Amino acid sequence: MLSRTADNLFWLARYMERAETSARLLEVGARIALMPSAAGYRNEWESLLHASGTADGFARKYGDAVQRNLESWFFFDADNPSSVMSCVTAARENGRIVRTALTTQVWDALNTAFQELRQLQRRPRSELELSMLTDWTMRNTALVRGSIDATLLRNDGWDFLNLGYFLERADNTARLMDVKYYVLLPRLEFVGSGLDNYQWTTLLRAMSSHRAFHWAYGGEVTAAKIAHFLILNPQCPRSLITCVEGMTSHLDRLARGYQRKTAAQEKARGIQAELAELRVEDIFEEGLHEFLSRFIGDMARAGSVIRDCYLNGDVR
Amino acid sequence: MLLTVDHVTRYFYDQPVRGVVQSHRLMPSQCAGQKMLRWKVTVSDGQMGGGFRDGAGDWVQGWTVLGPVNEITVQVTGQVETVDQAGVLRGHKELTPAEAYLRKTHPTEADAALAALAEGLDPAKDALAAAHEISARVSDAILYTPDTTNAHTTAAEALAQGTGVCQDQAHAVIAIARHAGLPARYVSGYLLVGLDGAAHDAAHAWAEVFIAGLGWVGFDPANRCCPDDRYIRLGSGLDSRHAAMIRGIARGQGEESLVVSVSVQEGQIQSQTQQ
Amino acid sequence: MTSYFNEMYQGNSVRAPYARLQDWMSAMPAELRQMKQAEAEALFRRIGITFAVYGEGGDPDRLIPFDMFPRVFSGTEWARLERGIKQRARALNAFLVDVYGRGEIVRAGRIPARLVYLNEAYEKAVVGFVPPKGVYSHIVGIDLVRTGPDEFFVLEDNCRTPSGVSYMLENREIMMRMFPDLFRENRIQPVDSYPEILRRTLASVAPAKCDREPTVVILTPGHYNSAYYEHSFLADLMGVELVEGQDLFVEGEFVFMRTTEGPRRVDVIYRRIDDAFIDPLCFRPDSMLGVPGLMDVYRSGGVSICSAPGAGVADDKAVYTYVPEMIRFYLGEEPILNNVPTWQCGKSDDLAYVLAHLDELVVKEVHGSGGYGMLVGPKASADQVELFRARITANPANYIAQPTLALSTTPTFVAEGIAPRHVDLRPYCLVGERIELVPGGLTRVALTEGSLVVNSSQGGGVKDTWVLAE
Repeated sequence: MLSRTADNLFWLARYMERAETSARLLEVGARIALMPSAAGYRNEWESLLHASGTADGFARKYGDAVQRNLESWFFFDADNPSSVMSCVTAARENGRIVRTALTTQVWDALNTAFQELRQLQRRPRSELELSMLTDWTMRNTALVRGSIDATLLRNDGWDFLNLGYFLERADNTARLMDVKYYVLLPRLEFVGSGLDNYQWTTLLRAMSSHRAFHWAYGGEVTAAKIAHFLILNPQCPRSLITCVEGMTSHLDRLARGYQRKTAAQEKARGIQAELAELRVEDIFEEGLHEFLSRFIGDMARAGSVIRDCYLNGDVR
Repeated sequence: MLLTVDHVTRYFYDQPVRGVVQSHRLMPSQCAGQKMLRWKVTVSDGQMGGGFRDGAGDWVQGWTVLGPVNEITVQVTGQVETVDQAGVLRGHKELTPAEAYLRKTHPTEADAALAALAEGLDPAKDALAAAHEISARVSDAILYTPDTTNAHTTAAEALAQGTGVCQDQAHAVIAIARHAGLPARYVSGYLLVGLDGAAHDAAHAWAEVFIAGLGWVGFDPANRCCPDDRYIRLGSGLDSRHAAMIRGIARGQGEESLVVSVSVQEGQIQSQTQQ
Repeated sequence: MTSYFNEMYQGNSVRAPYARLQDWMSAMPAELRQMKQAEAEALFRRIGITFAVYGEGGDPDRLIPFDMFPRVFSGTEWARLERGIKQRARALNAFLVDVYGRGEIVRAGRIPARLVYLNEAYEKAVVGFVPPKGVYSHIVGIDLVRTGPDEFFVLEDNCRTPSGVSYMLENREIMMRMFPDLFRENRIQPVDSYPEILRRTLASVAPAKCDREPTVVILTPGHYNSAYYEHSFLADLMGVELVEGQDLFVEGEFVFMRTTEGPRRVDVIYRRIDDAFIDPLCFRPDSMLGVPGLMDVYRSGGVSICSAPGAGVADDKAVYTYVPEMIRFYLGEEPILNNVPTWQCGKSDDLAYVLAHLDELVVKEVHGSGGYGMLVGPKASADQVELFRARITANPANYIAQPTLALSTTPTFVAEGIAPRHVDLRPYCLVGERIELVPGGLTRVALTEGSLVVNSSQGGGVKDTWVLAE
């Protein structure tokens, strides 16, 4: 397919995933604000802004982290390139450009989301419950993802969409963890304080994973369990290993379909092989923050290799 | 006269470019008075593309260079035997109707001052005499003075300042001739320089005016003459851009700079470089 | 008061092609009609069909009103139109090959040299080139109006990239979805083969150097273009790639597109961008939409461009006057379809007549389109007439004038019920190895009562166009 088409599909997926992440961040932030311990709440918003990579932009526009501004910022604000509005608009525009590479169902889901969002934007903010906005986002991103899985031809376009989804999700998971890595430092356990209840809930909630976590592990919540769950557990839909495996599998499909391997397969396989061998102890030994920084760098490099091998049009 | 040409154009990019596409008008015209003995065009790292003879009888040759490259060299070497035709283009096969050369282009737009230079002429009575007069008036009105104009200077601007190079003078002749109802065009080629002591570039340009009954006739206001056996004609167009020897576009961010050296010698090759 | 030909009624009787629509119309209660109208609009909005007809400009996200009342031709009526359209398309192409060759028609004195060779649309860069199969204009859109049972006039020819064909196809789709019974009762010839015929037509003009199944692409200026929907719609139905200039590049003697598997050669480019933008090396150097070096590849037979660069000289409004002459000159036939009598304001006799009759004529700019820069004398205010008088006097050669035609009407759904509204017709003739015309076209309707301007920017809508099987 045209490199530009593949690029549009790849980014359509990344923006949809990013929209979902922003909505999750917003939900988590709002939840913390409801908690009695008000002390940590401003810090929490700060860290969520950092997780979304938009702290500077927010500070420039609004200064202090006031709840109402944060809601606008994460949801409607066109100045925030990661807001739900910006992401859905960009995803829909990418979709419109490659309209013919999508099924009617996928386009409908994408276009309807965009049109509804424009309607929402016109309504007075006071009428809009926050939970309604985040639910709306979850439902619509799921609808797009679902119609992709249910109706799209499983050709190379489908692979590029999935690559976008997995790459973005891996990156988002790693960033979310990195923002709160200090919560998971083992030394806190050594001093016997245990994990701060709302801190880890925040983290798991941010990934809609707090129930899944309990089902998977049970018992006492420990830093090792959470790190294992979010990094190494292939059952967790947002774990790093799940995302990397997804990337590898779609890159392998591409290599088979095109009957040629590229540096992209090699890169993804390398990352996957490392994760497969890894134990939680190794991660803590390296330092969680160091490990996550390295992983985020790896994802950026994987993205750039994928671009060079398929998307930039200079493929020979 | 036996003329030997060595023409090198070197393009430099301050950052590597991803690829270059060029379109050349670098082959001597097939016409009376020009016999090509040998001729060769090369482009460093270049792949020769499609070539064709256009409606004006010029051979146009495409070239592409696959990047990344920092530098490209286009070299033209060859030998042509010439015979003076008193400026008249004979035996030249072309299909483009002369009327098509009445069309205005930006650099050849006649302003009031250019139009004034057509005053008193009567092309309907004697087109050839009118064309000679136009060329002479331009030689007087725009003095050949290098480095006073650039590639984008229009005929009107050159006339306003009273100086220019062969390109500006040719544009002025074309503008005035078209204003007087005579089809006219821009010609690019080579010139054997130095015989008259003038320091004109060896890569040269002049104008052709269409004279009913006679055909296209060349006028070189820079040298106050009609092209003779010191001239090698390559190609023509509505103005300098349309008649350019080399047109090219690079894909990438790099700034382009170029160095041109042309030598035209009588007889055997001797090396001489100008910049 | 001018009387207009009503395509449905002749006196009190219903004309044959519309016979079955009489019952349909009277059997439809107002509520049902409104429901259907809303349904149609929802369908259009859902598929995202928005566009502006060639050169009309306007808001790109605007929906053109769709009128559900079909416009109907009998098989016999169409047969004559078809002959006339094909004849015209052949003559226009013969003219193009000629004026970029020896120019026999000019030499023979049948058309003034200046009109052709000094025309802005005359492309010096293609002189001497004969495109594959001798075709310059592969999609000829001919705008027709009707004034009586057998009177059709050609308003203008569109030889470059006529748009609107997606409406022809979508209007039909939506009508079939909403009113299947109508299609059971009437024997309506299908139009859905158009994309396949277009693809075949384009493939048939692959260049000489193409020695395999040709790869066809559509070249669009991009997704901001008002007709982007149509470009992507056609690419989809034809099963070909929709490319932008940046997706193509020249290497050696050929053009390639950038794909995820490496360069893939392209043989035929159906371009929906203007000549001036297709190759910055040859035309406008500031164009970002085109492909550098494309013209060299084209002229050396490495790729075909449809329509061929330079085709525009045949659809110029001043050249239009000479199309009947072209038909006689190249085909040795009499024109089947009439031209509208046209006064060239550049000629002094014509100018005098025009200035004396401004209140009865339609005056158009030679290079304008879309109903802008146009004076409809009988409908214009005195101020407008005087404004045009001044403009024409200042630059006479820029204007032509035509009599105000009594455009036919067809029944149309309006707020008060059903009423006659004026219509025109644009069929799309495909020219390649063969000349083909699908039975149908785009009917535009002036929705404002009494208006003769059908352009969508001026309150025009569209209708499904039926050709009945005999």
